[in-house]
Amino acid sequence: MPADSPNPPAPLVACHECDLLQHDVPIAPGETARCVRCGAELARNPPDSLDRTLAYTLTAAILYVLANAFPLIGLELQGRYAEVTLFAAVRNLWHIGMQPVSALVFVTAQLFPLLEMLMILLVLVPLRLGRRSPRLVAFFRLVLSVRPWGMMEVFLLGMLVSLVKLAHSGSVILGTAFWATAALILILTLAGRAFDRRVLWRMSHPEGA
Amino acid sequence: MKPALTARQAGLLSCHVCGQLAQAPLDANQRSRCPRCAAPLHQRKPASINTTWALLVAAALLYLPANLLPIMVTSSPVNHQVDTIMSGVIFLWRDGQWPLALVVFFASVVVPLLKILALVYLTASVQMRSRHRVMQRARLYRVVEFVGRWSMLDIYVITLLVALVQFRGLATVDAGPAAVAFGAVIVLTMFAALTFDPRLIWDPLTDSETADHD
Repeated sequence: MPADSPNPPAPLVACHECDLLQHDVPIAPGETARCVRCGAELARNPPDSLDRTLAYTLTAAILYVLANAFPLIGLELQGRYAEVTLFAAVRNLWHIGMQPVSALVFVTAQLFPLLEMLMILLVLVPLRLGRRSPRLVAFFRLVLSVRPWGMMEVFLLGMLVSLVKLAHSGSVILGTAFWATAALILILTLAGRAFDRRVLWRMSHPEGA
Repeated sequence: MKPALTARQAGLLSCHVCGQLAQAPLDANQRSRCPRCAAPLHQRKPASINTTWALLVAAALLYLPANLLPIMVTSSPVNHQVDTIMSGVIFLWRDGQWPLALVVFFASVVVPLLKILALVYLTASVQMRSRHRVMQRARLYRVVEFVGRWSMLDIYVITLLVALVQFRGLATVDAGPAAVAFGAVIVLTMFAALTFDPRLIWDPLTDSETADHD
């Protein structure tokens, strides 16, 4: 009987995994609120969320440039040497007729991680400068749709597996981009932990809950 | 203890982006948007069960060529080796690199298969409105969501090896047709996990409660 139900009272929240309504209790910095029924995360309160997320994301953006500008792995085989950057590897797949796979690698290891970082900066920098706009919040939806498809950490494991496989055939050299990628994944993990998306709603709609 | 009340029972929609609760429109077919962030609001993900089934059937069909066709071709002056995913794993194992063999076996063979089977079980149990093992199924869905991405491992390995090992006359590595099928399996199962709505697992519990009260 939705017609009779009152306007939603402010301190309620629905679990996004099981839909149970519960009170949106205030939580201390560093703590996490979980659903009483299914245990899914309801809210987190990372300290200094906005500043720390910005700092980590800017660091990540610099590391991303390094990870893409330099070779990942080099291989020396009987006096001959080859090295490869991520984009060169993607382009190579495209040219040998593996366009769908090439596109998949490009999107998951290169394009979407970049888009996610840029979009987070695009939303958080104006917020940090005190500009409040509901448009920023609407834009943030794109970040969420891109997020599941960024797979840099899997790509790092892929590099490690490749290294072990190649170690048989010749001498392998770890490129600058390999270390930059490893550092990038660490920083992105920290950025993810520091980020509290509720900052967006709080700062964009200060009059609201 | 107070009886549990879900947002749906209260006639509320919760925004999947910002968590804002909003009153559901009287006409269920009417589209509504989040008053705070303008994201489209749905009671449950639209056509969740049917879409998930369609994606799972497609993924299961492509799982066969992904595993039966060659994924990598290695050539050197002394041999020409055509590998499927499984023969690549066996090769690593016999070579004494069993930790690596296990990683590739789990990421490329076990995870995609278990992901398809787990989603089939979840979708079927939701369709039959099962009320058994609800918490276990909720946990299973979380595992499926988390673990699926690691199947991309082999795709990345091939990308790197094919680009790097191009020493004509010494050694070359080429990608086989299974790479395309395997990539498609990963994308399809990821979409299947995204279209599945975990709230459907819990719905039968509260549905019966309302029935009892009426």
